[in-house]
Amino acid sequence: MSEDKEVKKRELLLPGDVIEEEDVKPGRGTFMKDKKIYASKLGVKTFRAGYVNVAAQSGRYDPKRGDKVIGTVTDVNSSIWMIDLNAPFPAVLHVNDVPWRVEFGDTASYIDVGDAVLVKISNVDELKKVQVTMDEEGLRKLNSGQIIEIAPSQVPRVIGRKGSMITMLKGYTGCRIFVGQNGRIWIDGDIQGQYLAVKAIKMIEEKAQALGLTNAVEEFLKKETGKDLDLEE
Amino acid sequence: MGMDKDMDLIDEDGLRLDGRKFDELREINIEAGILKRADGSAYLTWGKNKVMAAVYGPRELHPRHAQDPSKAVVQARYNMASFSVPDRKRPGPDRRSVEISKLMSEALEEIVFVEQFPRSAVDVFVEILEASAGTRCAAITAASVALADAGIPMSDMIASCASGKIDGHVVLDLGKNEDNFGEADVPVAIVPRTGKITLLQMDGNLTIEEYEEAMELAINACHEIYDIQREALKKRYSTSIDSYEDLEEV
Repeated sequence: MSEDKEVKKRELLLPGDVIEEEDVKPGRGTFMKDKKIYASKLGVKTFRAGYVNVAAQSGRYDPKRGDKVIGTVTDVNSSIWMIDLNAPFPAVLHVNDVPWRVEFGDTASYIDVGDAVLVKISNVDELKKVQVTMDEEGLRKLNSGQIIEIAPSQVPRVIGRKGSMITMLKGYTGCRIFVGQNGRIWIDGDIQGQYLAVKAIKMIEEKAQALGLTNAVEEFLKKETGKDLDLEE
Repeated sequence: MGMDKDMDLIDEDGLRLDGRKFDELREINIEAGILKRADGSAYLTWGKNKVMAAVYGPRELHPRHAQDPSKAVVQARYNMASFSVPDRKRPGPDRRSVEISKLMSEALEEIVFVEQFPRSAVDVFVEILEASAGTRCAAITAASVALADAGIPMSDMIASCASGKIDGHVVLDLGKNEDNFGEADVPVAIVPRTGKITLLQMDGNLTIEEYEEAMELAINACHEIYDIQREALKKRYSTSIDSYEDLEEV
């Protein structure tokens, strides 16, 4: 934990602000006009692979290929399930994309309306038709536990640097936790642990801007559980 | 409009009823992110006007026949609370609020990247809690802050302001009596970065010279208002930026 790392202030970009950078391509959250790059969202700029992006500080979940997300089933018919991802667009889960061999017309006996599923976004096309898959390791229907929602922009904070926050939450609460990129978090474990995890996540969401958030949450968890775990490995 | 001289709108010192100069705005305050359950929100006070704006979306649009397969639909709703004016306003949409809702939708659609969200809707709700002339400009100004707060991709924000003519003088930002007893009212909304005009109306009559003067006043004021809008958003998000360095880039 190096606290000596210089915290350089990042500038908040507002929609329409010019991003003055050389030799970069416009990425997410930006647009180009008259050879200049502008921010299209409220956020901070980040760089990756020759692209300049604006990491949004607010807003709805924007489905992106490869994201693992938690969805709820809103509709079933003979060959697909419609999944709500808390995004502007509904997603489709096709019977070929589940790990079971589903007889035609027998879809509802596997997953029904109201069920929660852990799925991966396999494709988002130009028309923003979203396809998800469950046919991969770790993806499944969520049968127990509870799901809470946070703002999608807060997801990196709940995960923490290199997963530090989430590892800590799991360690102290003894719960199984999965953070979907769409801001839905699945928590399963004994009821005390679940309660604690929910409380800690709410704390992260509320105090997101506080410096030393990880330490504050650790203090809280230590106090509540009476445990003192060494999670450095 | 123009009930011959039943009120002096400009005193002998050349000041207006509330002591303002011809090119002076009323005091404007904006606060972003006031509603927890909305995706974006803003509260604006502009003189005696009090306006609250909430943005939801982009989200799936129902009914489905209203969906546009090529872009998002911006649905703005302007509503005056029954207690917003001295005499109770009959609640519900009327001819005037339907008009303002429509022109707000059209003004805001201009800046939102609607083509990024086919088949969906961006809902903007603006409630006028207290009205004292210039509410359509206040509503647009608040709505665009709420849109930015909601993290909706857009090319810029919109700032809006009115100018008009009272007692033969072209002045900025009409107050209530100036609006009622003045000669003309010209609400303007612009995209400050490009100077594009997204709203322009005129109630009353102006000569071409007066019109040009009124436009110049209003456009300059819009740039001033734009700065207030930006400050409001910066204030809301500055603290969350400070700790951003701690995070993994996703």
